[in-house]
Amino acid sequence: MKLTLKVWRQKDGDSRGEFATYQANDINPDMSFLEMLDEVNESLLARGEEPIAFDSDCREGICGACSMVINGLPHGGRKATTACQLHMRLFEDGETVTVEPWRARAFPVVRDLIVDRSGFDRIIQAGGFVSVSTGGAQDANVIPIPKPDAELAMDAAQCIGCGACVAACKNASAMLFVAAKVSHLAILPQGRVEKNRRVLRMVEAMDSEGFGNCTVTGSCEAVCPKEISLNFITRLNQEYAVALLKSTGQSAR
Amino acid sequence: MKLDSKIPSGPLAEKWNKHKFDLKLVNPANKRKFEVLVVGTGLAGASAAASLAELGYQVSCFCYQDSPRRAHSIAAQGGINAAKNYKNDGDSIHRLFYDTIKGGDFRAREANVHRLAEVSLSIIDHCVAQGVPFAREYGGMLDNRSFGGAQVSRTFYARGQTGQQLLLGAYQALSRQVGLGAVKMFPRTEMLELVVVAGHAKGIVVRDMVTGKISSHAGDAVVLATGGYSNVFYLSTNAVGCNVTAAYRAYKKGAAFANPCYTQIHPTCIPVSGDHQSKLTLMSESLRNDGRVWVPKQKGDKRLPHDIAEKDRDYFLERKYPSFGNLAPRDISSRAAKEACDEGRGVGPGGLGVYLDFSDAIKRLGEAKIRERYANLFDMYERITGENAYRMPMRIYPAVHYTMGGLWVDYNLMSTVPGLFVLGEANFSDHGANRLGASALMQGLADGYFVLPYTIGHYFAHDKPARPQAGSAEFREAEAAARTRVQKLLAIQGKRTTRSFHRELGRLVWDKCGMARSEKGLKEALQRIPALRDEFWSNLAITGSGESLNQALEHAGRVADFLEFAELMCLDALTRDESCGGHFRTEHQTEEGEAKRDDEHFSHVAAWEFQGEDGRPLLHKEPLVYEGVHMSQRSYK
Ligand SMILES: Cc1cc2nc3c(=O)[nH]c(=O)nc-3n(C[C@H](O)[C@H](O)[C@H](O)COP(=O)(O)OP(=O)(O)OC[C@H]3O[C@@H](n4cnc5c(N)ncnc54)[C@H](O)[C@@H]3O)c2cc1C
Ligand code: FES
Repeated sequence: MKLTLKVWRQKDGDSRGEFATYQANDINPDMSFLEMLDEVNESLLARGEEPIAFDSDCREGICGACSMVINGLPHGGRKATTACQLHMRLFEDGETVTVEPWRARAFPVVRDLIVDRSGFDRIIQAGGFVSVSTGGAQDANVIPIPKPDAELAMDAAQCIGCGACVAACKNASAMLFVAAKVSHLAILPQGRVEKNRRVLRMVEAMDSEGFGNCTVTGSCEAVCPKEISLNFITRLNQEYAVALLKSTGQSAR
Repeated sequence: MKLDSKIPSGPLAEKWNKHKFDLKLVNPANKRKFEVLVVGTGLAGASAAASLAELGYQVSCFCYQDSPRRAHSIAAQGGINAAKNYKNDGDSIHRLFYDTIKGGDFRAREANVHRLAEVSLSIIDHCVAQGVPFAREYGGMLDNRSFGGAQVSRTFYARGQTGQQLLLGAYQALSRQVGLGAVKMFPRTEMLELVVVAGHAKGIVVRDMVTGKISSHAGDAVVLATGGYSNVFYLSTNAVGCNVTAAYRAYKKGAAFANPCYTQIHPTCIPVSGDHQSKLTLMSESLRNDGRVWVPKQKGDKRLPHDIAEKDRDYFLERKYPSFGNLAPRDISSRAAKEACDEGRGVGPGGLGVYLDFSDAIKRLGEAKIRERYANLFDMYERITGENAYRMPMRIYPAVHYTMGGLWVDYNLMSTVPGLFVLGEANFSDHGANRLGASALMQGLADGYFVLPYTIGHYFAHDKPARPQAGSAEFREAEAAARTRVQKLLAIQGKRTTRSFHRELGRLVWDKCGMARSEKGLKEALQRIPALRDEFWSNLAITGSGESLNQALEHAGRVADFLEFAELMCLDALTRDESCGGHFRTEHQTEEGEAKRDDEHFSHVAAWEFQGEDGRPLLHKEPLVYEGVHMSQRSYK
């Protein structure tokens, strides 16, 4: 197959970027999208041009490194699929494909398709954990956890932190990301102990990182490679409301 | 160099407890005076960094990804072992210990493995306390599955994403410490050199992968948790960034490299589809709980799998290893698949594949149950191959997956360079010549949560190492060396890309030092690698500069190290003139084609010492002595 690629090129965070057009010939339908870009990069290198920079590592849809908007949709928009798992057999021969970085104020471009997602790390640092130190945990089977709860927690915990939800949202909101972590930990008895403190801190960090507000358009859920459900945002809102009530109640006491 | 394994005296089952008491302590107020540099944020690195910070040490932590959460451990699928015996099926610490030693073909250090089995219990407790959502039964208790090389169900799992959930647990613990200011985190930072001062590890030289700036960090101890070197084969199941650089640079600064030839070929991976391929994808071993492996009995049988009647199928693992069947260990299953394909009975393009068939399990349990157990794996298979494995059997083929070899460490996980500790896949300690499934996650977390926090304090309190001095001559020299290397790579201005060198190297070591190795092939590899390396250093093409984000340069630096390391790996494979576990020398096999060990001459760890750029590495041997087990020919029949 052959494709025409329009790829966002930007030298660094301070430079202006622009689209460059490349021809990708000899594409094997069994290639992944990133392997196709690898081949384009090989030909750029052979011509002495700088290859297109993009993040990737596991190339099996779990590390969350790959992050590019393909034809206007984060990860290319195939259901439950990251860019590294998107295969070329899904494209038409001769098609023109645009490739851009995540676009969000809280995710500044580092170079070409690479953005800075450290805001997500800071949200977790603010409270996305259970405060237990190593040593001293009781036997793992002391607290039974109903299977449906464990499954629901796992549905939320699957988030790979790629940021597609933010890239898809017109407000660049990080609600789905935060909701997934808040829900995962609030559903489990181990995480319930500090759930109020956690949700307040994480939401505060989210706001201060410059992510936008959620207007529940659902575009995040639609592109999430792990199909994290919008229901978790509802849960986040509830958790937040309860925590807020509790905290004002406490300070009044 | 003298290898002192520091195995504590006393009965096997009491060594670790006794040792913990004998280790010297650092008092709580003094801990904050020590700075520890932890390179790597996989299970081993993240758990170590978090636990050390919880104890009060100052920690700086490094990884090459944009976030510590993306370390390669995230990709582990199947599960983690622990001798909980929740199933009442006869498991015990001793059985986990025994299975691991036997699985490693009696080439692992006994005392370490016993300790690993002991602490496996605490790992599960701790991870559950962190909120890791392990699979549960309806009664609310933890569920288990079986993995290869064991006849008990001791593997804990979180769907097909166990590594992800365990790593997120460790990442969250690490993040908590970053938030508290106890850990300084440096993502997108690659370690290029180890700094050794007066014989002790005192710092590292790193490159900021965004700005290209090369700088150094000084610390009282350095911890390498930088993962394995499977990518020397170019195609492997590892993340594309996995590399040997940190470990190899440490080797060149005096850390012995142990058993580099012990590599693991995993039997169940998606077959190679073409030259463009950048990595191979694993289909978790857990699938072998319900999938049956077979090939047609007839050579070159081109019929579709459904059209091949039961009597024309060869369920070769069940046939050859009736008591373990489809759950025979990895090395054995991989070789059996290779054998079937070499006989011309392989399936799919090029005949390099065997079937992994779920139709019986679907009939027995229903599709819903299979979906519940493995949906994400079936989905992944479908995305990559375009085939539906609920309807058609999967096609699988062995691929490089894990490296048992690594930097040599003593019982305290300290390398031959005092103050340099090595954890997780980067060390050599616990898996001998073959690793059992679900035991790498266990080892990484054991090292980081429950071993290093005890042993590192002893180094500070007992050895009383001198305080590090950033900016000393050794630091300046190491930084200069790193800069020179980068400039040298950029100055070549040749015609061939890094990827093409990497691919050629990978194919060479896969052919000569892969699933089957011979004296002739290894000697040939040892001739061809230096020639390839010379061409690399005279004809490499990279663009851009050292002072910016430059992925071509990063890749070139890693491949430069693989090109040297590959030689060490082949030398070790040649020197180990026996077969054991994943190291299969065609000259040494039983009549049935199984690996034939030579305990009289090779019951040792081979630890290689660097002897300068032109010197031949020097071999040191750590004898392996077994008190708790009887060395036998492995049998899974
Ligand atoms: C697909 C797959 C599935 C697996 N499934 C299982 C399983 O089910 N059960 C099981 O027990 N094991 C499994 N394994 C094996 C297991 O995942 C690994 O052995 C283990 O996770 C390694 O952990 P680690 O902490 O040692 O290293 P890694 O997780 O590889 O982490 C290495 C860290 O070092 C950093 N690093 C590396 N080099 C540098 C450098 N030069 N400078 C700075 N930082 C550097 C990286 O950024 C990373 O943070 C699987 C492996 C694969 C590939
Ligand atoms: S590269 Fe890991 S998710 Fe795509």
